[in-house]
Amino acid sequence: MKRTLAIAVSATLLTGLLAGCGGGGSASNGEVNVYNWGEYIDESVLDDFEEATGIKVNYQMYDSNETMYSMLAGGGAEYDVIIPSDYMIARLISEDMLEPLDFDNIPNFSDIDPELKNPEYDPENLYSVPYMWGLMGVIYNTTMVDEADLGSWDLLWNEKYTGDIVMIDNSRDAIGIALKSLGYSYNTTDEAQIIEAVEKLIEQKGILQGYAMDQIFGKMEGNNAAIGTYYYGDYLTMLENNPDLGFYIPEEGTNIYVDAMCIPKGAANKENAEIFIDYMCSTEAGLKNCEEIWYSTPLLSVRDALDPEVASDPLAYPDSSILAKCESYAGLPQNILDLYDSEWTRLKSMT
Amino acid sequence: MKSKGVAVPYVIWMALFVVIPLILVVVYAFTTRTGGFTLENFASMGQYVGVFGRSFLLALVATLVCILLGYPLAYLLAREQSRLRGMATLLIMLPMWMNFLLRTYSWVFLLERNGFFNTLLSTLGLPKLDIIDTSAAVVLGMVYNFLPFMVLPIFSVIEKIDPRVIEAAQDLGANDRQVFRRIVFPLSLPGVLSGVTMVFIPSVSTFVISKLLGGGMTLLLGDLIEMQFLGAAYNPHLGSAISLVMMVIVLACMGIMNRFGEGEGEAVVL
Repeated sequence: MKRTLAIAVSATLLTGLLAGCGGGGSASNGEVNVYNWGEYIDESVLDDFEEATGIKVNYQMYDSNETMYSMLAGGGAEYDVIIPSDYMIARLISEDMLEPLDFDNIPNFSDIDPELKNPEYDPENLYSVPYMWGLMGVIYNTTMVDEADLGSWDLLWNEKYTGDIVMIDNSRDAIGIALKSLGYSYNTTDEAQIIEAVEKLIEQKGILQGYAMDQIFGKMEGNNAAIGTYYYGDYLTMLENNPDLGFYIPEEGTNIYVDAMCIPKGAANKENAEIFIDYMCSTEAGLKNCEEIWYSTPLLSVRDALDPEVASDPLAYPDSSILAKCESYAGLPQNILDLYDSEWTRLKSMT
Repeated sequence: MKSKGVAVPYVIWMALFVVIPLILVVVYAFTTRTGGFTLENFASMGQYVGVFGRSFLLALVATLVCILLGYPLAYLLAREQSRLRGMATLLIMLPMWMNFLLRTYSWVFLLERNGFFNTLLSTLGLPKLDIIDTSAAVVLGMVYNFLPFMVLPIFSVIEKIDPRVIEAAQDLGANDRQVFRRIVFPLSLPGVLSGVTMVFIPSVSTFVISKLLGGGMTLLLGDLIEMQFLGAAYNPHLGSAISLVMMVIVLACMGIMNRFGEGEGEAVVL
């Protein structure tokens, strides 16, 4: 929640500092440097892991795939385990930034739902082990939004709610939502369509309250905004603190994502990283994480161990009718990635 | 000379953490991703005129507010009895012992739609204060965080004014207003100039304040640069070019200000 960004920023600054001091912080034994999303783990799992294996975990957080990518691409920082989303994994693979995993060290991989093995972003399943997955959708406050206005991504452009809408603050998701609402694919490589989507976001900027990633928790839980867009698992967390919230999958379709554990090229503690990944795939750790963050688990044994009401939630473990409307993010070619970057800067720098 | 030895660590420090990084910024600004020379990073600068304008305007407003609030405070403090003065100085310094991010985050909670202030206001039946995620909130954050940097230099300059100078003016028949206008104020200008530098420069380059209190809607230079290094648009070459242009403009501003303050003593540059 609130503290995530603060921790992420200070962690970032600290790593920068350590890296600046010439190679620092890369001990050879008994350590694993984990770089994960904020609010994305039951932190007691880290203590359990340290106790069970004697490996010390250095845990840091980021708030978007792009931030994580910048830290990796900028060099300096050293991580052994990262947990990017599907499209970012595809990009990292194509830029040769990931280390192939030794699955002999990850026996718990057998517990992963076969549907999630050999995914599009890693077709031979050499580099990644799924951590969590889920759907993106619209979160709204039932006391502030009319039921008649629900159903489509257009709610995020509805002038009736001027000043009450919070848009997601990263280029892939935001431009993706605009593309979907225009009826295009998330993975279009047609530059005109992407520019049209950004124009639509520019139009939207006038009625927004703001852009947010994890700050959305405070916005929705505190009734400070009426409409936001985020992940279903996070919605369930928000719902615990504010029962007035609702969630729907827009009729135009939405994004299904998988965040998977990977090892960056040249990781200093590769073996420990694999031990860590294996531990995260254990039923015990998986269940704790799942009950803390409420994202959908890829581990079959965890799903069996969950409260049946949760395990049968059609939005957490959707059936084929919902899945048919979902599209995952694919890797994009470099010229389109550059266009995303420059168009996103254009949108954000506009008044 | 002996003093040269003392300077060695300082020189090494400056070389490692100031000069070399600056050279890297310049190199990055003039190269492309593949390493070739280019001026394109600067050619696209016109696109960001709005961001430059907004950053300098907001920093200017914040600096002015800091002078208006900080000068009277510093003046009163410098003329206070010592015990009260110690207490008041402590109160000004106290928030600075807390982490900058936490301080700024607290303002998010205070200013939110249904945050502390608005809950208080609506309980009292007063209209709500709707400034979160606006430029006003960003300026408020700047003033709150940087006000001590305005108060302290002015305070120390006024405190050091020789009381005999003031007594001499009074002996010569000057009333309180004249003493302030013709003696105290001109003598305190170096403190004001230092304060302006110390408030304006961090304000113009901040990104945390605008990100948290501006809701990502009022993009400032700091945000634009941060986006190129850590955020959604990874392009350290463009980021370096923007940083370089910003540094040149800030230096020019400081140069003009020092010229303006000449004869009154010099402001601290950098």
